[in-house]
Amino acid sequence: MDLTTSLGLIIPELILSFSGLILLLVAAWGGNEASKPVSIAACTALGGAFFLVAPTVCAGASGPDTLAFFGQFRADAFAGIAKLMIYAAAGAVLVVAPAYFDRLNAMRPEFAILVLFAALGMSIMVSAADLLTLYIGLELNSLAAYVLAAYLRDDDKSAEAGLKYFVLGALASGILLFGMSLTYGFTGTTSFTGINAAIAGGLSGGQLFGLIFVLAGMAFKISAVPLHMWTPDVYEGAPTPVTAFFASAPKVAAIALLARLSLEAFGSQAEAWQQVVTFAAIASIVVGALGAIGQDNIKRLLAFSSINNVGFILIGLATATMAGASAMLVYLVFYVAMTVGSFVAVLMLKDAEGNSLETFGDIKGLSSTKPALAWCLLLIMFSLAGIPPLMGFYGKLVVFQAAVQADLLALAVIGIASSVIGAFYYLKFIKVMFFDEPVDRVQGTSDWAHWALLIISTLVISPIAFLGTEWLGNLTDMAAAALAVAG
Amino acid sequence: MTGFPILSLMLLVPFVAAIACFVVAAKMARSIALAATLINLALGVLLWANFDIGGAQWQFTERADLFAGFQWALGIDGIALMLIMLSVFLMPICIGASWTSINKRVGEYMAAFLFMEVLMIGTFAAQDLFLFYIFFEAGLIPMYLIIGIWGGDDRIYASYKFFLYTLLGSVLMFIAMLWMANEAGTTDIPTLMAYDFPAGAQTWLWLAFFASFAVKMPMWPVHTWLPAAHVQAPTAGSVILAGVLLKLGGYGFIRFSLPMFPEASVQFMWLVFSLSMVAVVVTSLIALVQHDMKKLIAYSSVAHMAIVTAGLFAFNVQGIEGAMMVMLGHGLVSGALFLCVGVIYDRLHTREIDRYGGLSINMPKYALFFMLFTMASVGLPGTSNFVGEFLSLAGIYKMSSTVAFVCTTGIILGAAYMLYLYRRVAFGEQKNADAAAMPDLDMREWLMLGPIAAAVLWMGVYPESFLAPMRSDIAALEARISRAVPEGDAHLVIGEPAPAEEEAEHGEAH
Repeated sequence: MDLTTSLGLIIPELILSFSGLILLLVAAWGGNEASKPVSIAACTALGGAFFLVAPTVCAGASGPDTLAFFGQFRADAFAGIAKLMIYAAAGAVLVVAPAYFDRLNAMRPEFAILVLFAALGMSIMVSAADLLTLYIGLELNSLAAYVLAAYLRDDDKSAEAGLKYFVLGALASGILLFGMSLTYGFTGTTSFTGINAAIAGGLSGGQLFGLIFVLAGMAFKISAVPLHMWTPDVYEGAPTPVTAFFASAPKVAAIALLARLSLEAFGSQAEAWQQVVTFAAIASIVVGALGAIGQDNIKRLLAFSSINNVGFILIGLATATMAGASAMLVYLVFYVAMTVGSFVAVLMLKDAEGNSLETFGDIKGLSSTKPALAWCLLLIMFSLAGIPPLMGFYGKLVVFQAAVQADLLALAVIGIASSVIGAFYYLKFIKVMFFDEPVDRVQGTSDWAHWALLIISTLVISPIAFLGTEWLGNLTDMAAAALAVAG
Repeated sequence: MTGFPILSLMLLVPFVAAIACFVVAAKMARSIALAATLINLALGVLLWANFDIGGAQWQFTERADLFAGFQWALGIDGIALMLIMLSVFLMPICIGASWTSINKRVGEYMAAFLFMEVLMIGTFAAQDLFLFYIFFEAGLIPMYLIIGIWGGDDRIYASYKFFLYTLLGSVLMFIAMLWMANEAGTTDIPTLMAYDFPAGAQTWLWLAFFASFAVKMPMWPVHTWLPAAHVQAPTAGSVILAGVLLKLGGYGFIRFSLPMFPEASVQFMWLVFSLSMVAVVVTSLIALVQHDMKKLIAYSSVAHMAIVTAGLFAFNVQGIEGAMMVMLGHGLVSGALFLCVGVIYDRLHTREIDRYGGLSINMPKYALFFMLFTMASVGLPGTSNFVGEFLSLAGIYKMSSTVAFVCTTGIILGAAYMLYLYRRVAFGEQKNADAAAMPDLDMREWLMLGPIAAAVLWMGVYPESFLAPMRSDIAALEARISRAVPEGDAHLVIGEPAPAEEEAEHGEAH
């Protein structure tokens, strides 16, 4: 394995890092006027990386050919499919952000650059084949994310969100590092395959501790219960485009990383972490559902909704099978579409002066005043609730199918029964928009980019997408199989 | 007709019309909806005319491998055919019933009804487990909106209750379906109907399906969503709810619970019988004391549906045929009764029984129709419900005379509350001046009630038209389940006819 091959495998990451660095220089000299071209350039870079990754996903790349830098980095189909989602979500955020920040006079070129670096970090995360790569990717993403959360410097809520995210995120990183050091200490290696081989004969106490701490650190990143407390506050406080970003791309990255870590590094001792994941799955579903019920702020509600959805995704992981991993990816695809769609819709809720509206009181009777927006939101909410024929249901179908195939019937029954609790608050959303008397506060107009993103997201979760399930299923199966080859 | 995807076309027509209704103005939306439902009615008639009675069990089958994990698989047997006919027959009437009474957001309303039609036909025609579930469950969305947007004062509570109740029932069925697909390795319904699941698993699967169908049906004690939903829904919503959606539960029992889990069905026979007996008596008594007309009819629906469940779980041909006939008859009659309520509600805007009285004086034509449907609901011979109730009670009697006895009291109580309702509304003094001033039926209302009345009489006088397509399917079902069925307590003996000579001598003696 020579350097050229390795570099060839990380071209998408190279594109992102070089364009990030160059754009940083442009921003340093160009000032705030440069923010628009910088955004466009960042979008182009993400698009370029997207199209470079796409072939590896379609080809189902796997095996030793995908290893770069002496087993530090793995550019296989599993990482590829996660990267596609990350780049798409990051691109969507860059498209909708300027309209939001322009009005606050806060549009600076750093925003696009930070998103770019965060995407780069996530890209490295999902490709990690070694604890060190994992940590580099994770921290690169997190540092960019902390700054993004506090991006509106003058806004107290945004600053608070940034601080909370940073303090708790640093704590989680510490836990993760502690777990990694224990794992390294008791297995003698940081490579995923090496760890897997070392624990194949059984877990020692130290190894178990390491495993648990690593999982706890990851649980924070995916905001799974019981390490979810930061989510509602950060989601509410951060500027809405940033929240949209947090709810989509980093979730994908952290979940893909968690899946890779669990299945590749600890795959031979699946029983040890299955209980943990099962507990986190059920707890996330229940807490996510119950916590959302009393919320009046739409962003907070969506935060709980994302906790709830992570629970369903974890059910796929709890199976510890390839079918489960494939199901997680399918669910993630629709989750990203639903998240981007719902946050774009929230961004479109503006009063006549363009101020953002984000409580239920503001969207009463939205369906009479803004029918198109309300109907798109209706579809997204029913999809999040998992009601057929929308694709949120299909995500649940594949996840629960994997659980049933793995004989986790109790988990499946509890999970699906708790989804009814979740349905309650999604129904509330629809009730407010459709059944209440209109207050007509949402009067602002949105540009075509918002509409385009909203309509694309809605189409992805609409029943039409059932026609694509066969194709998507093949892709995710190949991606999951790439994990199997490694493990 | 072979090879022509008529079922897909029946799904496509209302679907396209529904999309169109979103974008056009109110007046246009009404016309589009009416045209689409009438086209579907015509297609339904075509379907029935081309249905080969006594031919293959599954006809008009379509298969397309479009999705991962399940198929676009449609096809019908006689049972599904009859229920599809019921749906397409009631749909234009529902659109007619909403013609003037719905004035806000007409396009969306019509679209919701047309989507509802797609989903109902899809549920009856689906031959794939997951496709069935998608159609079955998706019906919640338009119904939730119909109740919530166009319903009465307490519509929000009713819509939530309707949605969450039915959802909780269905999700357990969903897990059971996943398990079945995994165990049997197929999602094809006809294959699964012949698949023998292990007896231990059948118990759980049956309970999971029961959770869904019992709520949909609805059976006592999970029926409480029904009166709330019925009272709050607009007239056409009630018609579709009572007419077709309640039949999904019974259809589910016939399609899934009985053939797929015969042993478990027998095991739980007494559970179903007990719940049905309680429902017949209790809900009939509740109906007797209602002041709200829609609530009264809603409770009577629960009582009628209890006769359906009891008939189904008698596991014999009469019981199941009777249950199907009650479902069809009840679909027409309760739909018509809700329309009758709607007619006077549109005039006076109240459902309080006491606010009416003596309507036969100023609305004689209305009183005639109302009388016919009241009698049909009671089960008067010559009307649709008589055939169904008689057959199902005969079937139940074969299995258990006690259950038959209790269920028969339901018929008597049914006569009591329906006649009492009719007396208070149509007869007696005209004590309310505004009620006395109401005009009689207009042309539109004639066109709604007339066809149902004709169908009710047709079904009562010549039920063979409706029984013939279902006969072989019900016989197949009975054959499938017979291996597990215990002997009934009736010990019926087929009587020897009197010898011919004796008869002759008898005659000569006179």
